[in-house]
Amino acid sequence: MKKLLHELNKGIFIENPTFRLALGLCPTLAVSTSVVNGFGMGIAATFVLLGSNIIVSSMRDLIPKKIRIPCFIVIIATFVTIVELIMKAYFPALSKSLGIFVPLIVVNCIVLGRAEAFASRHGVVKSIFDGLGMGIGFTLALVLISAIREVFGNGTVLGLVIVKSFEPALLFILAPGALLVIGVLIGIVNYMTEK
Amino acid sequence: MELNQLFMIGISVIFINNFVLSKFLGLCPFIGVSKKTEPAFYMGLAVTFVMTASSIITWAVYIFLLKPFHIEYLRTLSFILVIASFVQLIEMFIQKFSQALYRVFGIYLALITTNCAVFGVAILNSEMFLKSADNVVKALIFCVTQGFCAGVGFTIVLLFMSGIRERLELCDMPRPMKGMAIAFIVASLMSMAFMGFSGFRF
Repeated sequence: MKKLLHELNKGIFIENPTFRLALGLCPTLAVSTSVVNGFGMGIAATFVLLGSNIIVSSMRDLIPKKIRIPCFIVIIATFVTIVELIMKAYFPALSKSLGIFVPLIVVNCIVLGRAEAFASRHGVVKSIFDGLGMGIGFTLALVLISAIREVFGNGTVLGLVIVKSFEPALLFILAPGALLVIGVLIGIVNYMTEK
Repeated sequence: MELNQLFMIGISVIFINNFVLSKFLGLCPFIGVSKKTEPAFYMGLAVTFVMTASSIITWAVYIFLLKPFHIEYLRTLSFILVIASFVQLIEMFIQKFSQALYRVFGIYLALITTNCAVFGVAILNSEMFLKSADNVVKALIFCVTQGFCAGVGFTIVLLFMSGIRERLELCDMPRPMKGMAIAFIVASLMSMAFMGFSGFRF
């Protein structure tokens, strides 16, 4: 049990995919314009991670070493297609605002990275916790970045106005703001872990 | 005329909606391979080639496989499979054909397989041109133009970035900001500069 909790903790803090490993940056920056978008993307990616980790780890003895990457990609793409269809059916607004970044979860390096580095070498239960941890870590990072961007760029959190007199800096919602926020955040994380 | 439209696609993909700086596609190689100019250039070339070629292949898959059988929802799965196996094929071909070329491009090709910019071009092509394609050949020309120009835009930005980062190595800055953190802030400034191109809209 302690080991399993360690796997969970690893993904959320010690090896946070966004800040520590710098994986999956494209969706992180592109969809973090508002907290709702960021959270939606995080959940979608967590589901794909969890599903692909379970399937990959349970099939790890059946998949030949040489063609493992294409096999992993097919497994991941299957789950992404599931997410795509569910989102289109039940959350059309979210699906529209995430746009091409839903199919792009396929090439999110976190998912393939975990399949290759963890799930293909460990048992199912451990892989579930690993996937869950990484997914939660990714979601938290997304929510954090999107909260910062929404507050500065739009003056709101989850669509609620915080301070009325605050004039939002539109730049934070646009592309440069995303890069600036992630740069500063990585710097802060580096500073904190250096000590 | 169509030439006019092609020109607009080119300008739009290279400058206004640059893949890296305003669409956030292909950030991993943008940060990872931009430490020196020479590898950045080779990476850019490899990406441009793969993007152009995969635009053609995904066009064929969409028009001749997905559309006639009404299985457009398998787009994600089929595109990624076709692109990944194509890149693998190129890699094997180059390895057999020319060792010198392989030494230069080999590792970049391996990296490209899961490059979101390449996959992004395919998805964007299918959203923009293929979904409502009445003229199949016209759609192909548009797809190839967009693929090629996206690659050119990627290469240009990668070269700028690597030039700046070579200089940055010599700068004195706070230790936690070194490496990735400052690279993102530089990218942010470049992205602001590229925002100026949005006035280009015709």
